[in-house]
Amino acid sequence: MDKIRALIVDDSSVMRKIVERSLRQAGIELEKVVEASNGAEALTAVQNNAVDLILCDINMPVMDGLEFVRQVAKVESAKGVPIVMITTEGSESHVVQALSAGARGYIRKPFTPDQVKEHVLPLLGKKP
Amino acid sequence: MSTDTSFATRSHEENWPPILELAVEEVFEIMLGTRVKPVAQSEHEPNREFTAMIGLAGSLCGILTVCCDAKTAGQIAKSMLGDTANSAEEVGDALGEICNMIAGNFKNKLAGTDERCMLSVPTVISGGQYSLHSLAEGTSMETILLFEGAPVAVCLQLQS
Repeated sequence: MDKIRALIVDDSSVMRKIVERSLRQAGIELEKVVEASNGAEALTAVQNNAVDLILCDINMPVMDGLEFVRQVAKVESAKGVPIVMITTEGSESHVVQALSAGARGYIRKPFTPDQVKEHVLPLLGKKP
Repeated sequence: MSTDTSFATRSHEENWPPILELAVEEVFEIMLGTRVKPVAQSEHEPNREFTAMIGLAGSLCGILTVCCDAKTAGQIAKSMLGDTANSAEEVGDALGEICNMIAGNFKNKLAGTDERCMLSVPTVISGGQYSLHSLAEGTSMETILLFEGAPVAVCLQLQS
């Protein structure tokens, strides 16, 4: 698998590190990791950085993850980039909202590296 | 192990303590790789040097707190992040995320509640010289568990 550029969006720096570690444990080679602590920062990040994958929390200050997914759909350079939500919000309505807005995957916290592998690898064209 | 099974509704609050305990156990096992079990509260009172708290609003209205001593908070951060040296900021962040995941995991187990209950972002207090007065007078449940031999208190206070 080619190395990928990932954008990790979470207001917790600890969770951003855990998500990055989970990607590596899934066997995904990372060329670059861009971090953002809310949806607004993430929007700026995708405008300034080419990325191949976005992993995004929902409950964040300034701009939440659902709004980010809606907004990033308007960013030409980010079109087609798979977005996976990683969140404590487990309700069906959140899942439906996220997938309707354009997210391609949904992982509930707490999560295992295997769950990340299972959800992310197919989006990168690989079998989990 | 299940993280998305609904067990009870608001009308069965007497069933909630074991659901809270299960939510705590799952978070510690999945995120910290540690199996924890509740212990007798009277014998294991934590030194509350770190307190993480998260607000609940909507169909459940109240606050969930996770308290432990500073050394234990550091051990929790180390377990989450590996053996890298953890700053005080990372220790608080780690405990806040544990609190966040326990609250989310708990509400996701209550049938019909997760759809109508929102969580705040976590807040963490370091230092034990404070008093916490929640306006959420009503149901209160606390579970104490031992993490690497040290007590950690998880308390849920809900408005009636």
